[in-house]
Amino acid sequence: MTTGNVESWSGNMAEIGPLYPFVGAEFALFVVGVVLWILWHVRQARIETEQYEEEVQRFGSPESLNKILDAEDPYSP
Amino acid sequence: MDNELSSLSVIFTEFYYWITVVLMFFIHVGFCMYEVGVSRHKNHVHTLMKNTMLIPLVTITFFFFGWWIYFAFPNGPGIIGGLVEAPHAVAWSELMGPHLGGAGDPGGWARLNGVFWAAFLLFSWTAASIVSGSVIERIRSSAFWILAILIGSVFWVIDAAWGWHAEGWMVQVLGYHDAYASGVIHAIAGGFALGVLVVLGPRIGKFAADGTPRSINPRNPWLVTIGLFLIYTGFWGFYVACNVPMWDVQSGDGTFYSATNIYLAPTTLSAITVNFLMALAGGLLAGYLVSKGDAYWTYSAGLAGIIAASAGNDLYHPVQAMLIAALGVVFMYKMHYWVERRFKVDDAVGAVAVHGYAGFFGVVVCGFVLWGYPSSPSEGFASINPLGQIAGALIMFGLLGFLPGWVAAKIIHSLGGLRIPREVELAGLDYGTTVDRAAEEQGIIDAEREEVGKM
Repeated sequence: MTTGNVESWSGNMAEIGPLYPFVGAEFALFVVGVVLWILWHVRQARIETEQYEEEVQRFGSPESLNKILDAEDPYSP
Repeated sequence: MDNELSSLSVIFTEFYYWITVVLMFFIHVGFCMYEVGVSRHKNHVHTLMKNTMLIPLVTITFFFFGWWIYFAFPNGPGIIGGLVEAPHAVAWSELMGPHLGGAGDPGGWARLNGVFWAAFLLFSWTAASIVSGSVIERIRSSAFWILAILIGSVFWVIDAAWGWHAEGWMVQVLGYHDAYASGVIHAIAGGFALGVLVVLGPRIGKFAADGTPRSINPRNPWLVTIGLFLIYTGFWGFYVACNVPMWDVQSGDGTFYSATNIYLAPTTLSAITVNFLMALAGGLLAGYLVSKGDAYWTYSAGLAGIIAASAGNDLYHPVQAMLIAALGVVFMYKMHYWVERRFKVDDAVGAVAVHGYAGFFGVVVCGFVLWGYPSSPSEGFASINPLGQIAGALIMFGLLGFLPGWVAAKIIHSLGGLRIPREVELAGLDYGTTVDRAAEEQGIIDAEREEVGKM
């Protein structure tokens, strides 16, 4: 029993094609990959938006931003 | 694979491209260092991650559809013919996985498909990474990664099918010649970056109220220079990957094995090695003079010099490569500041200049210097000529570069997803994380103090 086309390395090498398991499932694997790729973008965009919204809430006021810029400014008194 | 000589040829070719992939990895390491070195401290980590994550995204999409585009689109489709059958390049082909070839593969393509794919993929990363540097410190990562996939897995691949393929329609009809990708990678990526920048807008403070540009200088010049040295290093792999290492170039009777360019026309590894170095030298020398010794621009000019000479570096004399590189550098440097002043474009790393303008220049100049040379060993193809190269440069920079970049950025912008909030830009992309980490550190220090208090 094998998950792929190879049951032994002692046969005729010239007749061996694909080495990976589950030959025949390539298109299904492609579909799974594409769906996961698109879902990754959707999830990442949501995470990024939430982070920005939270950060604007936390330190988006002019007072907070001025403090941050003062700390960044090497010439600030 | 049933006799030593043919097996040696296949396995040598497989190993040859594998080496180029490893070398080209340095390009990406260099781009990451360069971008982080240019960015301000408050944006370092986001800048790094924005570039790093294009690696997996462009990789999987190049696997899903980019590789197929290269083989399916040489005719346009719809310009000189239809889609070309490319069963070996679709993502669900058996040949995209580990494969011994079987009886139906005497040429060993099953072994070469993967390393060819990987070499092209590293070009894709480069195209996307060029865009990455120009947009730092204000683009949303989610937007950039979509743009990276468009340039890295779609548009540069279309231009490669058109103008960097032995049967590409631009080669056949225009006599387009671009051996080491002045236009095919650099002009298109620079044009795409410019299209995005026009929509994205400059960083806050880049331009004074009267429109005068302010310099936002690199924050870590050492990281920038080491990054550029690494890009030079990886560029060796890029050049070598543009060649076919061993091919019978003798038409008719007899055989004559040589290295060839991507169009299967003969050149030598020696030629491209000497020309690469002479172009680097010409770029550095001109860059030093034109920028009055500015380190950042001198290093960038070395790269721009190579890019300006790349279209014809398979055939140029080394001194021609040096002179073309030097002229290309002066052109791109002047263009950078003219576009910045005139159109208020904030190209943070000079990517549009180094890649876009120098690449455009290189494609056009090649048409004059190599005027009348055959663009291909195939019969009936147009020969290299200035008009074909000018048209080619416009297609690369404008049609497949600037236009898609501008349209895609416009669409993302209209959905509110292109630029980070103003408050986050002012505070810095890393500010929230930095504050949280500082609080965590403080918690640890407080706990340690408590422990000391118990002693």
